Amino acid sequence: MKVEEQVRQTLEGLGVGDEAGVAGLFDGLRTQIERELAGLASADAGEQFRIRWLGRKQGLLTAANDNWLKPAPPALKRAVGRLLNEVKRQAEQSLEARRRELDAGSETARLAVQRLDVTLPGLRRPIGARHPVQIVIDEVQEIFLSMGYSVEEGPEIESDYYNFEALNMPREHPARDTQATLYVAGDYLLRTHTSPVQIRTMEKMQPPLRVIAPGRVYRRDNPDATHSFMFHQVEGFAVDTNITFCDLKGTLDYFFKRFYGEQVQTRFRPSFFPFTEPSAEVDISCIFCSGAGCRKCKQSGWIELFGAGMIDPALYGFVKYDERKYSGFAFGGGIDRLAMLRYGIEDIQLLFQGDLRFLQQFR
Amino acid sequence: MRLLSSWIREFVDIPADDRQLAADLTMAGVAVDSVAVEQGQAVLEADVTTNRPDAMNHYGVAREASAIYDRDLKPYRASPVESARPALGVASVEIADPDLCARYSARVILGVKVGPSPEWMVKRLEAAGTRSINNVADVTNYLLLELGHPLHAFDLDLLAGRRIIVRRGRAGERMATLDGVVRELTAQNLVIADGERPVAIAGVMGGLDSGIRDQTTNVLLESAWFEPRSIRGTARRFGMHTDASHRFERGADLGITAAGADRAAELIREVAGGEVLCGLIDVFPAPRPRPALLLRQTELERILGERVPPERVEQILRRLGFRLAADGAGQWMVEPPSFRLDVEREIDVIEEVARLFGYQRFPTRLPQWSGVARRAPHWHAERALRETARALGYSQTISFTLIAPRQAEPFSLTDPVRLANPLSEEASVMRPSIVPGLLNAVEWNLNRGTRAVRLFEIGKVYAGASGRYEEPSILGLAATGPVQEGPLHAAPRDMDFFDLKGDVEAVLDLFQCGRLYFDANAGADYYHPGRAARAAMDGETVARFGQLHPRMAAERKWRQPVLIAELYLDRLFCHGLRRPKYEPVSRVPAVDRDFSLVVPDAVAWERIESAVGRLGIQELAAVHPVEILRGGPVAAGSYGLLLRTVFQRPGQTLSDTEVNEWSARLIAALQELGIALRA
Repeated sequence: MKVEEQVRQTLEGLGVGDEAGVAGLFDGLRTQIERELAGLASADAGEQFRIRWLGRKQGLLTAANDNWLKPAPPALKRAVGRLLNEVKRQAEQSLEARRRELDAGSETARLAVQRLDVTLPGLRRPIGARHPVQIVIDEVQEIFLSMGYSVEEGPEIESDYYNFEALNMPREHPARDTQATLYVAGDYLLRTHTSPVQIRTMEKMQPPLRVIAPGRVYRRDNPDATHSFMFHQVEGFAVDTNITFCDLKGTLDYFFKRFYGEQVQTRFRPSFFPFTEPSAEVDISCIFCSGAGCRKCKQSGWIELFGAGMIDPALYGFVKYDERKYSGFAFGGGIDRLAMLRYGIEDIQLLFQGDLRFLQQFR
Repeated sequence: MRLLSSWIREFVDIPADDRQLAADLTMAGVAVDSVAVEQGQAVLEADVTTNRPDAMNHYGVAREASAIYDRDLKPYRASPVESARPALGVASVEIADPDLCARYSARVILGVKVGPSPEWMVKRLEAAGTRSINNVADVTNYLLLELGHPLHAFDLDLLAGRRIIVRRGRAGERMATLDGVVRELTAQNLVIADGERPVAIAGVMGGLDSGIRDQTTNVLLESAWFEPRSIRGTARRFGMHTDASHRFERGADLGITAAGADRAAELIREVAGGEVLCGLIDVFPAPRPRPALLLRQTELERILGERVPPERVEQILRRLGFRLAADGAGQWMVEPPSFRLDVEREIDVIEEVARLFGYQRFPTRLPQWSGVARRAPHWHAERALRETARALGYSQTISFTLIAPRQAEPFSLTDPVRLANPLSEEASVMRPSIVPGLLNAVEWNLNRGTRAVRLFEIGKVYAGASGRYEEPSILGLAATGPVQEGPLHAAPRDMDFFDLKGDVEAVLDLFQCGRLYFDANAGADYYHPGRAARAAMDGETVARFGQLHPRMAAERKWRQPVLIAELYLDRLFCHGLRRPKYEPVSRVPAVDRDFSLVVPDAVAWERIESAVGRLGIQELAAVHPVEILRGGPVAAGSYGLLLRTVFQRPGQTLSDTEVNEWSARLIAALQELGIALRA
């Protein structure tokens, strides 16, 4: 007998007279409800199910209430009421659970439509790059700052006095020939090195001094892959009552190890600069071949980088320091060259073209 | 300089092979770049620093080797076979200006036969990089390479009166030098004259009609010492640089002129025959004693930081030709040799000791220090600028500060700083503005297919004249092309004025400022007249920016607008970086009121903003232009503006009545500007 017909009859009509019969009857209902719920395929069907079973007026369980419970003999009434409530509650809960299941299914479908190809490239907001020369200046400053060096600056349009004369290069000095100079007018020129900052600083400050001075310098050199009429240098110097040649060696050795790596060796060779005595060329072991000899170091295993030395006492005369009391060292080198070696840049002109294909590599 | 290993080894016994010799010389200051074997000869390519003319020859390098290896150096001596006839009876030498010529040694050789040099000499000269000329000239070149002393050979029969007079030139005197150029002489130039006229420019170059010819038979050999300063002056004045001037202007050896002349005379007799007359003519009016220098062990240690054993000090200096007298208490009196004019002070002697003791033998140390380290004055501000510019998408560039005058001209009202000796017209003036360099970089990128360009540069620009120069710092921005890469995720859009203005605002926002305003007075005609602005902080211009004038873009054949900005950092830095300041965030929501306005075209936003500001309503937290409408329902000559106001009082709600009253005041103020509420 179909459920619809069963609920239209009374217990008596159905021939049920004891509790066991009642329980069997409700088991049937339960089975039917579960079967129907399992068959639900959509939210609409869920609603139809609710109306069919739980509807306040036409619902099958409402009918069961009217036809089974109300006219039930007093001995069975209690059991019928309990089972009916149980079934009703179960039906409600199962429906709710089933509806959630159905919802989840349709959300999955909805979101599936919104799916992106996450392997496509992201939308990059452009970020600018630091110039390699800037990277090196920053790093050199940090290393020397950690050793107690302050940073000083000086003008690029410099006087002959600061660029040459006070650096122990009087007029007619042959060493002037080695620094092809661009002249402005009268006694003014474009500084050929950052060393004038040494004199300017010593003029205005008393020892102890530890200073570096990075900046632009100029030479009258025809541009090619290794020459530029404008480039960058860093000057450094220390003056105190206890500064020796060993300190110079230790300072630059520390610097180059910090800058290029612990494996780097430094080598000091005698040389000549009018503003230092004794003077040295400072080489580092080739960072490309670790000193074995390659094209970059011309098979020598060494790369010449800085000029250095003990500050020539003649300079103290220009700035009125007592040369018997103080001693100092000074060094200088090309920043562009430090950068070119660090990054393997083979043409200095690349640094000054503003080519974004080059610059963007230093993000 | 090319050095033959075999030639060096003639003077000293070197216990090392050529490669080791090269390495050891390098570490002692004679930088050997390469060792090559050419036609069976080991050739060392070496660089000698300008202060060491004594080492620019084989004997000098042999002396270095003798100090390096502590081996004896053969004395440089020659005793030519002489005839009985005295030289002084045949020729005479007189020094009229002993301040410029300290010594003149000469030899007379009669009856030479000028011709080709023997093969051994030709080979040696050529291996050392000198071309063979004839046997007599080759001897002087040979001496230069061997001893470093420049000699000159005269044809004795071409010297009037067979006389040599060393004197200053005279106004009006002229002579043709060996290179065929006729030189005007003055009292600034030292010359070698005969009885009548100048026959050589002393220490620089001989004369055309007194030198050795094929038919020369009688020779006067000059071996002199000239004042370096004078030689340098003369060589520069005539624009000449010769082997002789190179040596003399760096300081030749006053003590070697006699030995040099003797050795050359001997060689001439050997390779060209003839009779060396008896006696060296040696005019040496003013010996120049070199003062002895005090060298202290304590000073050696103070400068070098490490003790050099006294016996090493003495050994090194003696090998280098110094004379020493020790006082036994750690001090020496040191007499530098005549060929070491560069050693004048104790510190110079210390360097000699250090370089031959070996720089590599001094340990590395870090000096003791107490004190503080300061960054450059504007380091923090500059870093903030750089980092902000980068975050806004601008890459840092560095452009040449030397540019062409035509590039500078449009960007400067005054004359740019000009170079006296530029390399080229293209790099002959100092940039008066940051813009030309940025435009060059933009062009470089556009020409290479990079359409989206955003660059910044922080650098100096230059102005001034005659000793009063200024080098203010500028931040320049240049931008053109798409704002973002596209069109995969978003429709592409090119940078426009307001993108740039936003970037400029972001940068200016780094600094403290009382009042910042913008107006249209960019004041430079390289900007688009309608799309450029000026920013002023507390009344002072701190930036100009806008679209490059379309005419200038067209000249460069650019098809996309280019935006530029110039920020004057010296002025900006006066304001100092803004420090974050905390204010409590109100828990009570703000009240928005929108006004739909019709604004006459002549009324710029800045006027609306200041009119509203002048109302002094504390609770008016913000005023935003939300939308601008032109055309359609808005009559020509005016524009529609949707104005959003935000009212807020910290911690308190606002009543409708209050907001209504403020709105009414606001509308009244706007009406005074001719602004109407839209119907």
